[in-house]
Amino acid sequence: VNWKEMELTGWGRSSVARTRACRPERAGEVEDAVAESERETLIAHGAGRSYGDAALNDGGRTLLTTRLDRMLSFDAATGDLVAEPGVTFRDLVDTFAPRGFMPPTSPGTAFATVGGAVAADVHGKNHDRHGSFGDHVQWIDLLTADGRTRRISAESEPDLFAATIGGMGLTGIIRAVCFRMIGQATPLVRVRERRVRDLDDFLAAFAQVRDTATFSVGWIDALARGGHAGRGVLETAEFAPVGSAPLRPEKTRGVPLDFPTFALNPLSVRLFNEMYYRRVPESGRERIVPFRKFLYPLDAIHHWNRIYGKPGFYQFQCVVPEGTARGALSTLLSEIAQAGNASFLAVLKTLGREGRGYLSFPMRGYTLALDFPRRSGTEEMVRRLEAIVLSNGGRIYLAKDALVSPESLRDMYPKVPQLEAVLAQIDPAGMFSSDMARRLGLKPRRATA
Amino acid sequence: MSTPDTWLVLGASSAIARAFARVAAAEGADVILAGRDRDDLDKAAADIAIRTGRRATVAEFDALAYSGHAALIETARTEAGTGTLNIFLAFGTMPSQAEIDADARLAFSTIDSNFTGAVSILQAAAPVLEAQRRGAVIALSSVAGDRGRLKNYVYGSAKAGLSAYLQGLRARLFRSGVTVTTVKPGFVDTAMTFGLPGMFLVASPETVARACLLAARRGREVLYVPFFWWGIMTIIRNIPERIFKRLSI
Repeated sequence: VNWKEMELTGWGRSSVARTRACRPERAGEVEDAVAESERETLIAHGAGRSYGDAALNDGGRTLLTTRLDRMLSFDAATGDLVAEPGVTFRDLVDTFAPRGFMPPTSPGTAFATVGGAVAADVHGKNHDRHGSFGDHVQWIDLLTADGRTRRISAESEPDLFAATIGGMGLTGIIRAVCFRMIGQATPLVRVRERRVRDLDDFLAAFAQVRDTATFSVGWIDALARGGHAGRGVLETAEFAPVGSAPLRPEKTRGVPLDFPTFALNPLSVRLFNEMYYRRVPESGRERIVPFRKFLYPLDAIHHWNRIYGKPGFYQFQCVVPEGTARGALSTLLSEIAQAGNASFLAVLKTLGREGRGYLSFPMRGYTLALDFPRRSGTEEMVRRLEAIVLSNGGRIYLAKDALVSPESLRDMYPKVPQLEAVLAQIDPAGMFSSDMARRLGLKPRRATA
Repeated sequence: MSTPDTWLVLGASSAIARAFARVAAAEGADVILAGRDRDDLDKAAADIAIRTGRRATVAEFDALAYSGHAALIETARTEAGTGTLNIFLAFGTMPSQAEIDADARLAFSTIDSNFTGAVSILQAAAPVLEAQRRGAVIALSSVAGDRGRLKNYVYGSAKAGLSAYLQGLRARLFRSGVTVTTVKPGFVDTAMTFGLPGMFLVASPETVARACLLAARRGREVLYVPFFWWGIMTIIRNIPERIFKRLSI
């Protein structure tokens, strides 16, 4: 196996790692790569769409899964698809949308991989209805530190399965995943947009649509203050019959270079957010669009992370339980607006139920996500937000995170001890490790082997 | 609907061949994936069938097992049925010159896999292609064959031999309406080149695969891909030998 010294970053580009990476193309090379990493640390790295340090392994080794991108079997009767870890949501949509199937749930970018979707137990705009990705996984072929590949499911190895779903790659290398695609999909959705005046209006609107709409998502103007705090746009969507609108090929643009850091300032962002709010008529509107455009709005702009300039950015995503949501969100939004640290639209969604993994992010409640350009004071502000989340019984999404402390992690994720028990047993030498795992105290600072 | 074309992909586990099979199937062709790594090819075939709905089968092929080559062509001809059989030749090995210098057997196997094996399978295919009076051959040679260089002259000479062979085969098959396209890739982002020092302007396997298919469709004789390698190699070919021998490129 060829190894290459390279620099990898998270999507937020605020976390950076120097690592020796390999990029297997054949199944046999995966085993070789793991064998050659003995006495060192190794982490799988897919599309690099986690924002922080989840898929980074500074000073250790990295297995790039991008070329392990084959679909191995599909059963049209059940919707069960077996795929290698590097298959992307884009591959899934391109292949299956014309046949009436779609991924059971989908993160906000179609460039993410199936392996990453398992590792982060990702959720989408249909979490109330369909849960998170791990809920649809039938089994996983997992290559563990002992060099064995085992097929694990919720029935056959419940502990290892729960440690792998949402486990941030710390149990081994995923070689194949069997998950259930959902049928009766079409490549089009009918999107209904309406303006939402403030936070109370938002919560009332969500309460109304969350059990009936297939997809729902809210965009909040995080810079709006006072009476406008929490204003935004609510989008709900249902599949629309083929032929109800022309299917045009998607136009993409790229961000060719890093924006200078002054490009994003409170004024430009405020203007953008204002326009985003005003573009929806007061009476609301309805459109039929390709579901790709609805589910993956930012995919049409390649390298959009460059608009934050060279220093990069942090994405903050939390969930707060339904009971404390009103107070928690209101405190979070006022803290964010007060800091005035320019951030584009924040995303507000509902989540329906707990995931199956020990580190699964979802819980019944509301999730808020937004970007903060990395500047002086940004980390402190994110920590203040984290404290608000913690005191309200919520948690931070590890796929987005670069800053949570080991103590906070254990407060947010009560099943960390179960995860640690599995890791101690399956990977006693701490081979599978990452910058995130070491930061969170889930793996030793150095491999002990 | 007319019978689809069939592409016999030789050395189908390589990154470029894999990309080519996907692209060809996506554009409506059936594919036969031929190579040694059966398990890997089964996976690639399943993938293509799922993604494109085309027929994708797997065949055993070892470039050095010359005696089996005629049978493979026969099988491929049968599978193609009334459709056109086309050939994409992508196998070969590229040990470093240092490894070859340390072990003479490696020199022979480099020549056999890149040159003799290719001649063997294409000689077997030629009469079949002549008989069908249409079709295309695409063979991956290399810019390394354009001039013998200190850094890889055994590999380069095998590819030079292949390029010369393909020139002659082109003239022979032209008389039957079959095209032969010699592809000379520059740096391509594959497992073979991953981590090698000194790579620049690296092309993706998909880019190369698409360029190959397009070139064959247009009946192009020689394709440098990415195209600027034609310019680079023109310069390298024209450096006088007494200077060239002193260069360590």
